[in-house]
Amino acid sequence: MSRLRASLTPYLLLFPGGLWLAIFFVIPTVVMLSLSLQSGDVVNGYVFTFNWHSYVDGITTYHDQIVRSVVYGTISTVIQIVIGFPVAYWIAFKGGNRKSIYLFLLLLPFLVSFVLRTISWQFFLSDNGMLLGPLKSLGLVPEDFHILATSAAVIGGLAYNFLPFMILPIYVALERIDPRVLEAAQDLYASKTQIFLRIVLPLSLPGVFAGVLMTFVPATSDYVNASVLGGTGNTMIGNVIQNQFLINQDYPTASALSFTLMALLLVGIFVYAKALGTEDVLEVAAR
Amino acid sequence: MKGGLLRGRGLQIYTWLVIAWLVLPIAVMILFGFNDTKGRYNTAWQGFTLKWYGKLFEIGDLTQALVNSLLIALLTMVIAGVLGSMIGLALGRYRFRGSGAMNLVMFAAISCAEIVMGASLLSLFVTFAVPLGFWTILISHVMFSISFVAVTVRARVMTLDSSLEEAARDLGAGPWTTFRLVTLPMIFPGVLAGSLLAFALSIDDFVITNFNSGGTMTFPLWIWGATRVGLPPQVNVMGTLIFAAGVLIALVNGLIARRRANA
Repeated sequence: MSRLRASLTPYLLLFPGGLWLAIFFVIPTVVMLSLSLQSGDVVNGYVFTFNWHSYVDGITTYHDQIVRSVVYGTISTVIQIVIGFPVAYWIAFKGGNRKSIYLFLLLLPFLVSFVLRTISWQFFLSDNGMLLGPLKSLGLVPEDFHILATSAAVIGGLAYNFLPFMILPIYVALERIDPRVLEAAQDLYASKTQIFLRIVLPLSLPGVFAGVLMTFVPATSDYVNASVLGGTGNTMIGNVIQNQFLINQDYPTASALSFTLMALLLVGIFVYAKALGTEDVLEVAAR
Repeated sequence: MKGGLLRGRGLQIYTWLVIAWLVLPIAVMILFGFNDTKGRYNTAWQGFTLKWYGKLFEIGDLTQALVNSLLIALLTMVIAGVLGSMIGLALGRYRFRGSGAMNLVMFAAISCAEIVMGASLLSLFVTFAVPLGFWTILISHVMFSISFVAVTVRARVMTLDSSLEEAARDLGAGPWTTFRLVTLPMIFPGVLAGSLLAFALSIDDFVITNFNSGGTMTFPLWIWGATRVGLPPQVNVMGTLIFAAGVLIALVNGLIARRRANA
């Protein structure tokens, strides 16, 4: 009796939360897959017809936005690695007893709503705003110069918004490196460059991988930055999905595009993991 | 040697520049909550004032949106806190069939694109004609928060020594008493951290909420809706107050942790 209870305990603990995830996360994915294969319209209702047209039409119509999302997501992720790695490195190795203060400062943006932060940038970068206004009145930049409504503004916004998610996992990976390993390398006459390239960099890769996972996915699927900072010419696939779902209520097309996005992200992550060449990288990410 | 020192200093300056970049929009937000703006657009500096702090709750539907956000975040914190902690405890403490599947679902939920999650949940609600509003927002927030709480609690549980619980049982404590007096106090820091994370995720969420809100407004949704007509300074003030409260909670939390570590 007691043994039976002991073996049931983990299942009882899992049940309510697991059920919540099953009903509101797993099943909806299946429902959306079915929705993406239906045909009809919002007035007459939808029927399931194995209608692959939503995929074909969606991808041909919104080809530009799909490509743009992947390009912006990739560029902003690379920018975040380049900007974030030295910061993580410095805090991990030179932060001393003030490490937690630096980490706290890096996390400060999360105490302000994501939408509000992005609008704050819009405000700061606007054509006659705090940055460009003074520069224009001093004659340092031409009168028609603008930052908003450019692809640079969107990519910059994406890099800004997700940067802490890149820095933290890299920091965690670097922080775990045993200083004795570095000392041993030094004792064996490794140069600073060699130590960095052959010890620090390889040991940081799981952190970089986790960071890419946490930034590439939200950056590629984002539509807030494109809407607020990008004007009309820089829409991403997220904008299209949002419009189709919430405004046009063309559910089959919207679902097909969501699935396409999901597939792209999965393939991207898989290829990246393969390219990195380590299975344990995935394991680390899963932990 | 001197080169190394210089390089260290350079990296330090660089780190501070990145931090400055990260907090710049927050500074802008706080500053313009004190702007004595006259028209509808709060874009140019027109002098210092405290009047927006006095008129904080004068925009009825903005206040309602903030109340909704706080209420949903609080409920999410409690529900996801309890359900997620139970999952975290199960995964951290027991070995059982199906734990791999649970880990996989949680990993998928954490790494899934928000827009895909929001869109698929909306598909479910549309298919079964569930009316959208406060409750569908709450359902979605608990859904995406559970995994984060579970992961946090699981990490805490895994560092604990289960021999303390065995000792309690050897001394005659029943399962419930053992849980209440031994297990819960030990995992509580994890539960608290996970629940606070759920609160923070909920109050900030925009994408999933945007899909499942119907006409119900939360604070981020209201801001989103108002961008085209210009944000009133009250939004800056509310953002500032939420930010200040977050900083305060984090500092108190840090102080308690430090005191506990010293004791």
